[in-house]
Amino acid sequence: MKYIDEYRDEHIARKLVAEIERKATRPWVLMEICGGQTHTLMRYGIDELLPHGIEMVHGPGCPVCVTPLETIDKAIEIASRSNTILVSYGDMLRVPGSRTDLFRVRAGGGDVRVVYSPMESVKVARENPERQVVFFGVGFETTAPANAMAVWQAKRQGLTNFSMLVSHVLVPPAMRLLLSSPHNRVQGFIAPGHVCTVVGYRDYEELSREFHVPMVIGGFEPVDLLEAISMLVSQLEEGRAEVENQYVRSVNYEGNLPAQRIMAEVFDVCDRKWRGVGPIPESGYRLRPEYAAFDADRIFGLEQITAEEPAECMSALVLQGLKKPTDCPAFATRCTPESPLGAPMVSAEGACAAYYQYRRHAVAAREEQ
Amino acid sequence: MMAESDIFSGFSCPVPYSSKDSILLGHGSGGRLSAELLREVILPAFANPVLGRLDDQAVVSVNGSRLAFTTDSFVVKPLFFPGGDIGSLAAHGTINDLAMGGALPLFLSVAFIIEEGLPMEVLRRVVKSLRESARNAGVDVVTGDTKVVEKGSGDGIFINTSGIGLVPDGIELSANRARPGDRVLLSGTIGDHGITILGQREGLEFESAVKSDTAPLHTLVAAMLGVTPEFRCFRDPTRGGLSSSLNEIAGQSRVGIELDEREIPLREEVRGACEMLGLDPLYVANEGKLVAIVDAAKAEAVLDAMRKHPLGREAHIIGTVTEAHPGLVTMRTPLGTTRIVDMLAGDQLPRIC
Repeated sequence: MKYIDEYRDEHIARKLVAEIERKATRPWVLMEICGGQTHTLMRYGIDELLPHGIEMVHGPGCPVCVTPLETIDKAIEIASRSNTILVSYGDMLRVPGSRTDLFRVRAGGGDVRVVYSPMESVKVARENPERQVVFFGVGFETTAPANAMAVWQAKRQGLTNFSMLVSHVLVPPAMRLLLSSPHNRVQGFIAPGHVCTVVGYRDYEELSREFHVPMVIGGFEPVDLLEAISMLVSQLEEGRAEVENQYVRSVNYEGNLPAQRIMAEVFDVCDRKWRGVGPIPESGYRLRPEYAAFDADRIFGLEQITAEEPAECMSALVLQGLKKPTDCPAFATRCTPESPLGAPMVSAEGACAAYYQYRRHAVAAREEQ
Repeated sequence: MMAESDIFSGFSCPVPYSSKDSILLGHGSGGRLSAELLREVILPAFANPVLGRLDDQAVVSVNGSRLAFTTDSFVVKPLFFPGGDIGSLAAHGTINDLAMGGALPLFLSVAFIIEEGLPMEVLRRVVKSLRESARNAGVDVVTGDTKVVEKGSGDGIFINTSGIGLVPDGIELSANRARPGDRVLLSGTIGDHGITILGQREGLEFESAVKSDTAPLHTLVAAMLGVTPEFRCFRDPTRGGLSSSLNEIAGQSRVGIELDEREIPLREEVRGACEMLGLDPLYVANEGKLVAIVDAAKAEAVLDAMRKHPLGREAHIIGTVTEAHPGLVTMRTPLGTTRIVDMLAGDQLPRIC
């Protein structure tokens, strides 16, 4: 397939690996921020290809994984009520809440629908005027413009039965938190290509300067990631700390301005709790006061719902790159995609699920050696 | 900035709960949940050696003849789609389950469960399609049943078909017979049916030129068996896709299977749709494809015979059975690395971004 095959080409990949090998004179710890990038690294076995000293740790960029337990519980509460329709992206349905998940709510008679675009939830609301329709609005800066557009359209169309359960998160504040931690091991970042497609990379330049850490905005195909790693190794070896753009076919400095305008129209920045990480100041979006009529939290009186998370799963350490999924004693034994102990085992983009799905044979083989 | 203790205070671990308290859609996905349902509820109730083989059909001896017997239910939505409809699926699905046992399909039963209010014209179209599909395959529908349920208790129409066929002498096929060194053959492109159905569903109306591959495979099987009886097993990778079929074979034969991603044929349209939706075509359903495990020495000759058959023109040798990692299917990626091809827990879920 044109525009994909060249980014999965074995010869180009091997050339890049050789380049990384040639350049790296000592070990480096790099983090890919985005769960989509983690997925590619695992699916294509890029950890097998990289020279020994280049260690990839996996960042917090999986929207399913970082959505707080109490937000899942709120969605479950909404879906369990009669006369409501909860509309969601597919991979939120299997995420365990405190007591159940959305699949089970659906099995029990709840009306839970999967869509591929939030605009479809507006259509569902228009077609079901006698019922409350709630879109489960999660994700990073990538999904924010389309989610904002759904709310904007609902307002423009005068819909009174549409609302959004908003749990949007933003990447730069989470990177700031990681970089500020005294435990931080990460020496260079592959910045999230899709997020930067929307918002550009001005914020990343600030972070890079402030913490003197190199960043390369990377794509999602194997060759993209290897090229980004190679660019990071060059910066580290040369003592540079800049933001470079590997994903030039999608990302420019300013980002997508119309998308940013609709985000700013509908959302403003707020503090957010991240599952597995905790509260991060100014790290998320909420609906602006002008759109309060579309705030499911307010309409359904859900502000009071809180959830306690037992301290057993080590996803906090995994999401910060301090531990590998395979360091967890429960990995692939008590914690599997069928019965996940924590969110990173649920979504295909979660670090634990990616290891489980694609790499556990390699892990087992290493342990035998 | 927060104190370190705050950073680590958010350890998350919801208490796991059982998937056993009620039936979920995932129990019907053909993945791990389906296997669990069989293992824990169905098989213990009916345990016997024929059922225990877990093949697509039972093969039993009656007065010296080896009969293949199978049943399948069809609940597809929408009822009509590019390339076929629920009627052709109901005929082909059961014919194929017989064919995967090496049987010559002979007779079908058909049972319709019809929802009150279904337009008569729809039923007529489905019946006509089923009749023509059976007739074209040389199979007679010899018995049947109709039931009507209240509006809201069904989804237009559900169909169950059962089938009987005759297994020629000298053919021993079962998913537990794969041996290290054997080759894995695939009859053509994967994912066509599943992506066609997905493209028709409400909420995803993407334009696509792809159509369902629904087809009866018994003549292709006969052509392959004409080359050699040295087959271990045949499977038609329907729900759960190629991955589920191969994982079942690896598990039941206690062998590993190594695939080569570059050898697995995939239509550009199907690949594009999968890329867009974040789906892996290895888990997408097929209705007119087969995968076969054959002695390595015969693989090339069989491949030649397959490619001469209209349903096997795009056949490929896609992998090898190994002694290493029994029970696990792995795949050589385009980068030359190896990854697992796991059995999914439930249905594949499209990703958020």
